[in-house]
Amino acid sequence: MSDSDTIPEFRRGSAAAGNVGITGGMSALASGPGIRSVGEVLAIVLVAIIVVGGTELLLTLFQVPQYVLPKPSEIAVALFTDFPLIAPHLGHTLVELFAGFGVGALVGLILAAVITQFPFVEKIITPYILLLVTTPMLALVPLLILRFGFGYEPRIIAVALASGPMVMINAATGFRRVDSGKIALARSYGASTLQIFWKIRAPMALPMIFVGLMVGSIFGLLTAVGAEMVGGGFGLGNRLTSYSSMIQMPQFFAVVLILSILGILIYVLFFLLGKKFASWEA
Amino acid sequence: MPAAIRPKLSVRNATKVYGTRSGDLLAIDRCSLDIMANEIVSIVGPSGCGKTTLLWSMSGLHRLTSGEVLLDGSVISGPSPEIGMVFQDANLLPWRNLDANIGFPFEIKGTKPDRVFIDELLNRVGLEGFGGRFPRELSGGMQQRAALVRALSFKPSVLLMDEPFGALDAFTREEMNRLVEEIWLDRPTTIVLITHSIEEAIFLSDRIVVMSPRPGRVANIHEVSFPRPRSPAIMATKEVFDLTNIIKAEIVGEQQSRYAKMPTAVQNQPAQ
Repeated sequence: MSDSDTIPEFRRGSAAAGNVGITGGMSALASGPGIRSVGEVLAIVLVAIIVVGGTELLLTLFQVPQYVLPKPSEIAVALFTDFPLIAPHLGHTLVELFAGFGVGALVGLILAAVITQFPFVEKIITPYILLLVTTPMLALVPLLILRFGFGYEPRIIAVALASGPMVMINAATGFRRVDSGKIALARSYGASTLQIFWKIRAPMALPMIFVGLMVGSIFGLLTAVGAEMVGGGFGLGNRLTSYSSMIQMPQFFAVVLILSILGILIYVLFFLLGKKFASWEA
Repeated sequence: MPAAIRPKLSVRNATKVYGTRSGDLLAIDRCSLDIMANEIVSIVGPSGCGKTTLLWSMSGLHRLTSGEVLLDGSVISGPSPEIGMVFQDANLLPWRNLDANIGFPFEIKGTKPDRVFIDELLNRVGLEGFGGRFPRELSGGMQQRAALVRALSFKPSVLLMDEPFGALDAFTREEMNRLVEEIWLDRPTTIVLITHSIEEAIFLSDRIVVMSPRPGRVANIHEVSFPRPRSPAIMATKEVFDLTNIIKAEIVGEQQSRYAKMPTAVQNQPAQ
């Protein structure tokens, strides 16, 4: 078919006609990265060189002391030389993140799927979920440490409590998107409630589920690092307090850099997953 | 009753009351209608007169408050595999490509699709080779044609269409009407169709049911006996024009009597 690639995507809006009010979800993701040409890559690299190089130059020029702000080159050196020392702590943080987020997201997803089927139950439970979402779970960490000690447990619990409600509240928004036309369509073929859930409700909720997973995992990372700063002798958060108390600023910033990269990797992961499985809406 | 004269679809004293916050709403009131096998019947009427309620009752998608709908002589209590539905907007699932959308009824029913038959249908509506496309990549007319294929794919003996082409432009709509007529001439099916276009109703139907609003009742039934296929020449005759005006007067007349106290003589004035 010669003209197959010239057909414009008309009626983009109509595909989501029944889904008023959710278009913000995935399109916020879609407006993110997406590199198209060599020129764009060159521009990005050039700006990065100017920013990093300029910082290096300015810090050297004004003789800014290392304990105020270390030079990018010093941070890079610290990152390479001290990475073997930092790596085990990165491992600890990842364990807390995966375990806490895994449990939190799973419970959040199941709760969202079940609760949205019963509007009355949803009304009763929503205030508590909102409370969990709005209360910084870091506030509970000292208490959790009293009860569970300085090991993984208080951190994993805090991560689960921080990420779970985030996943739940976004997923619930997804599951609440009732398109009565599509449900009537499935019912006209004799679909059961379970079939309607798996073949209509779940796919419709998927874009919002990915938004929830992304926000939840970032919140989980935040809480993991915060909890490590509160107490316990390991983890990237613990390294931050430890390096800053010893005024080892290049190492401190090396850890910050690792955390930034971790955050970006999480974002990119869910962006790509969303693109693969929920691109019909973007 | 012998099968030959038994109606394919029979609506008997159908009444439907919706419970709303502001009280009960009587949507349709004691509607009765017999539809014979392989007949095309259109339902027209002002908006809010219960057309969709009546059609949904026929499909078994919701229960009646009183009365019953019989398919081949037995009462309908839920969706039947004998009935295919076409909705106002194409109602394709946007996360599935065309093939997966057409496979959807079979997935729900747990049966194997008849690929040869489906390919033949796709060919007929001009969608061959579009199986991998997603709904957003198709025009409105193409989406509605795909929805038609989906509804016909499992060979239902009754096709219920709820303003199937209402969202399309006039030209695409005429094209779709010709397509439906062509498919029907090839493979007769019982079709009940809701429409806002009297022209569409006359072009497609053997009979046209006019409904009156609030509560919805069957006001009148017109026989449409023009020969098929109904060419543009036939559609341009005075008989079609007159029938259009009679039906229009029945629909609009009802509304005028509700809002303006117009003397009936003015409404029934003969054309100059």
